[in-house]
Amino acid sequence: MEESRKKTWSKQMVGRAMLDALIKLNPIVMAKNPVMLIVEAGTVIALLLAIDPGLFGTGEAGRGYNIAVFFVLFFTVWFGNFAEALAEGRGKAQADTLRRTKSETMAALIQKDGSLKQVPSTALRKGDFVRVEAGEIIPSDGEIVEGLASIDESAINGESAPVIKEAGGDFSSVTGGTRVASDWIVIRIMADPGESFLDRMIALVEGAKRQKTPNELALTTLLAVLSLIFLIVIVTMVPMADYLGIQLDPATLIALLVCLIPTTIGGLLSAIGIAGMDRVTQFNVLAMSGKAVEAAGDIDTLILDKTGTITYGNRMASEFIPVQGVSAGEITHASLQASVRDETPEGRSIAELAQKLGESWDDRDYADAEVMDFTAETRMSGITLPGGLAIRKGAVDSVRRAVAEAGGLIPDDLEEKAAVIAKSGGTPLAVSSGSRILGLIHLKDTVKPGLKERFAELRSMGIRTVMCTGDNPLTAATIALEAGIDDYIAEAKPEDKIAAIRREQQQGRLVAMTGDGTNDAPALAQADVGLAMNSGTMAAKEAANMIDLDSDPTKLLSVVSIGKQLLITRGALTTFSISNDLAKYFAILPAMFITVLPQLSSLNLMGLGSPSSAILSALIFNAVIIPLLIPVAMKGVKYRALSADRMLARNILIYGVGGVIVPFIGIKLIDMLLSSFI
Amino acid sequence: MGMGLVQVAVTLAIIMLLVKPVGTYLVAVFDYGSGRTKLDRWFGWAEKPLYRLAGIKEEENMGWKGYLKAMLLTNFIMLVIMYAILRLQKYLPLNPDGIGNMPPAQAFNTAVSFMTNTNWQSYSGENALSYFSQMAAITFPMFTSAATGFAVAIAFIRGISGKSDALGNFYVDLVRAVTRVFLPLSFAAALFLVFQGVPQTIYGAITATTLEGGRQTITRGLVASLESIKHLGTNGGGWFGTNAAHPFENPTPLTNLVHIVSMMLLPTALVYAFGLMIRNKRQGWAVFGAMSFIFVAMLALVMASEYRGVPALDAAGIHGNMEGKEVRFGIAESSLFTAVTTAATTGSVNNMHESLTPLGGLVPLAEMMLNNVFGGKGVGLLNGLLYAILAVFICGLLVGRTPEFLGKKIEGKEIKLASIALLVHPFIILAPTALALLTPQAVASISNAGMHGLSEVLYAFTSGAANNGSAFGGLNANTDFYNVGIGLVMLVGRYVSIIAMLGIAGSLAVKKTVPQGMGTLRTDTGLFTGILIMIIIVIGALTFLPALALGPIAEHLAMP
Repeated sequence: MEESRKKTWSKQMVGRAMLDALIKLNPIVMAKNPVMLIVEAGTVIALLLAIDPGLFGTGEAGRGYNIAVFFVLFFTVWFGNFAEALAEGRGKAQADTLRRTKSETMAALIQKDGSLKQVPSTALRKGDFVRVEAGEIIPSDGEIVEGLASIDESAINGESAPVIKEAGGDFSSVTGGTRVASDWIVIRIMADPGESFLDRMIALVEGAKRQKTPNELALTTLLAVLSLIFLIVIVTMVPMADYLGIQLDPATLIALLVCLIPTTIGGLLSAIGIAGMDRVTQFNVLAMSGKAVEAAGDIDTLILDKTGTITYGNRMASEFIPVQGVSAGEITHASLQASVRDETPEGRSIAELAQKLGESWDDRDYADAEVMDFTAETRMSGITLPGGLAIRKGAVDSVRRAVAEAGGLIPDDLEEKAAVIAKSGGTPLAVSSGSRILGLIHLKDTVKPGLKERFAELRSMGIRTVMCTGDNPLTAATIALEAGIDDYIAEAKPEDKIAAIRREQQQGRLVAMTGDGTNDAPALAQADVGLAMNSGTMAAKEAANMIDLDSDPTKLLSVVSIGKQLLITRGALTTFSISNDLAKYFAILPAMFITVLPQLSSLNLMGLGSPSSAILSALIFNAVIIPLLIPVAMKGVKYRALSADRMLARNILIYGVGGVIVPFIGIKLIDMLLSSFI
Repeated sequence: MGMGLVQVAVTLAIIMLLVKPVGTYLVAVFDYGSGRTKLDRWFGWAEKPLYRLAGIKEEENMGWKGYLKAMLLTNFIMLVIMYAILRLQKYLPLNPDGIGNMPPAQAFNTAVSFMTNTNWQSYSGENALSYFSQMAAITFPMFTSAATGFAVAIAFIRGISGKSDALGNFYVDLVRAVTRVFLPLSFAAALFLVFQGVPQTIYGAITATTLEGGRQTITRGLVASLESIKHLGTNGGGWFGTNAAHPFENPTPLTNLVHIVSMMLLPTALVYAFGLMIRNKRQGWAVFGAMSFIFVAMLALVMASEYRGVPALDAAGIHGNMEGKEVRFGIAESSLFTAVTTAATTGSVNNMHESLTPLGGLVPLAEMMLNNVFGGKGVGLLNGLLYAILAVFICGLLVGRTPEFLGKKIEGKEIKLASIALLVHPFIILAPTALALLTPQAVASISNAGMHGLSEVLYAFTSGAANNGSAFGGLNANTDFYNVGIGLVMLVGRYVSIIAMLGIAGSLAVKKTVPQGMGTLRTDTGLFTGILIMIIIVIGALTFLPALALGPIAEHLAMP
């Protein structure tokens, strides 16, 4: 993360952005930003005035002043373009890297007669079958129909550890541009050239298909109307002043207009949007549209899968419970013995817990032991020591039956203790040694660390969390309580998930969810924000509007924060921009009328030097505030999880009240600086 | 000054006391509810025949477009009839003083003026209108224009709090506003005015011999009936040219009190009714709070400047500015009247606004420029809510959610429509003012030179745009330029924002209501009230500061 940020601000990228900012001066490009288009028009007029100060009758100001106004205006436009170009820069750099991955590859097309034919990857169409061997690049998106292979996906997500993919099931989809690390597979191609995941990814990070989001459009409208109002104000001022016998200087009028229209937010608006998308990409999440990111900020309900998202998904040992007449040490030791050669996550967790309780062992002692693996029929696993002692652990009824068959006694409190574990949401495993039942292992699903705090944070922001799980209601309730989840759906089938989403949406809530399986696809499509795992199926990825390249479902929480931060940054800079106007009025109005209406000089609150330095100071402040705020636009304003009311109060104070005060100070400082030069 | 403050405090207290009961009554009036309400039994006998006569289907519930169409059509037909009456009054009955037809430009101006609830008068009623015109083209639209504004506001509230694009039935709302609100109230008020000495007669002017033996023509007429609806409907057009300063319109401090209370009664109560209708009284009070705050600040400014007077008079030993004021009202009552008449966009005056001190004169200008400090019947609330929507938009961004107001998301379409409403007001004030100052014959109408002259023109168009109708005075507005110009400004000022706001209501009506949660921006808190005040003042100030700086502010600063 730190490294990539450094990359953004590399000299090369800034240089390219500076140049791009000049290219963006093209009025056709500027037309999409009405505020800055007005500034550009003003710049042109100022240039004409710099050439011929008497262009519009008798301008009082000299050529030097007009030239100064022209330059400040020019830099105002250029700064705005620079911000946008800089924001686009990182995406472009990333797209270049991806394009290199996409370099022309050859593919072994399987022809109708079964023979292989080498064709360029661009010739592949949907429905073709290709065979890919170890070390080859997968030519296009597809589904494995035959074989099993480990795939290196580092080209897309930077993750170096290969993942196993195989035909059938939820792990059969492969992405073009990734590499088969071992073995071979036959793939059915799922995308025509130009429509593959990689193509879409390049287009997305490059921002080529960037469309303004609804909120951005609304804000653009508002800013355009404010600009139009100020244009009316300035134009009508001329005859009014004229009636009072005041000749207004055209360059000064342009300066006032540019100071009043919301150039700060106008110049940074698109940079904020691009940078917001980019922040999502930095998280290795691909958002299909800016709209999806914004919608993430509006989410009211998060529907999360229990397994993999909230818990690690594998049950871990948390306690050893001896039955009557057995010591704690005995059950711990037996549990360890049953698990030393058990490589399942459960087995390992039992050994770890035993170790934590002070047990230790030597692998050599068990080298000759006979291992009994878990099967669906026996529902037990364990070890038979060279001496013939069979130590078993497994489902309570299976172990009991086995012990009973061997003629052992069933302890009276076994059932009761097992029930306590089940009731608490855990899974009891019985442990036997020979024909004796020693006790129980309490297996528990473990909530990922740090999640409880994040859910509490979400709750303070007004976001409800709902957990979906196939577990029984009891287990679900326990996990929900432990993780601090607001609600849960137990024994959930895929259709329950979509029903839950619809129910929430009917109440007017926006819903986000994560998923990876094909049967998640309808729910992903129904949700307002659907985050699919990159490890998931093609269908899931098609249905979702975001894809997490790292396949980490908890990222949804970060995406929500980024969405909110995006809107807040826009609001903050808009508020700041409009609040600034007050100080600018007080700088420019008295300066404009000083000669004819000297009484207005009492409005010169800042005590600015000369009229021309006052106007230039305001204009310069207006220009330099844009590059000064570029870091804010790029990184987003600082965002903390607070209730809406507290957040509003805080942001109004910083950007509203601050926006009133800062320019008074800034303009005064610039004026002092200017006055010492003039 | 102490006594003046007490008078003001008592008046405001009476207004506050009436807010709740009147607001509750308004909700009942416009509640279609299920089945017949008590009010239906009281007023149904008068309304049913009207509906039958006009072929109105009482049960029809209109979408925003249907509602708008009905409103525009009704208003247009009335406008044409009024124009015809004014143009033909010479041939029509009830013309004891033999007054001639009104010229076309002035008739256009007057018809538009009264249809839009502005009541800008480029004529003097006693010399230019027959009794029939006063009744049919002046007093009649005073009811219907106020009722129209009311209906639209109620429809808007139904839209933003509703679940479907069903804003109600315009005809039913119009009729109910007249039968259940304006007629009963104005009947009561008129009786009181007559009791205080306001004339109500169909006989013509009388000639009297004064004490010195000179002969004087004293005009009179159906004054009390016009006066009562003039203020209840925030209309403002007087029977006489000098309006509520005339002793026959406003003879005593008591009638002055009734006038002021009548003006504020319905605009304030409507804000409370808004809270009731959306089932969130706190929201109503939040908007009420913002409006009250600005109103009190404005009132304080005009009172302070009038009591302070001008340095030149001060030097002569005269404290306070009594120029252009009636002695029977004094500074406090005159200042209060000024603040109220421009806040409620009534436009009647009991003192000469041109004679106010510069900062005192800034108050009526500023209130009309904001146009939402309670504002005219219904429309003021709409303007207030327009600013609330803008405030919500910005605040919503600041808390990181797509902005929502009353649970409805504010998106591109709403902002577009709100922008139109926001843009049109400064445009129709500043552009015509600039145009007038560029037109020689329009400049010739100005009676004072310099900054005060600028204020005269600015005031005229502001008054027209805000559908206020009060005059600064000094400007000879009975020229084709001003008659047509201000006429157009009044039309645009009234209908464009209504169309935009009904569009917003229609768009919001069909949106799903988002349930309130911790992440929802609360709009019924003191914090939001504060932000709303800030947005209203900042946008208003940013838009009009240069014009005000060249007019009243420069004039004030020029005083030694």
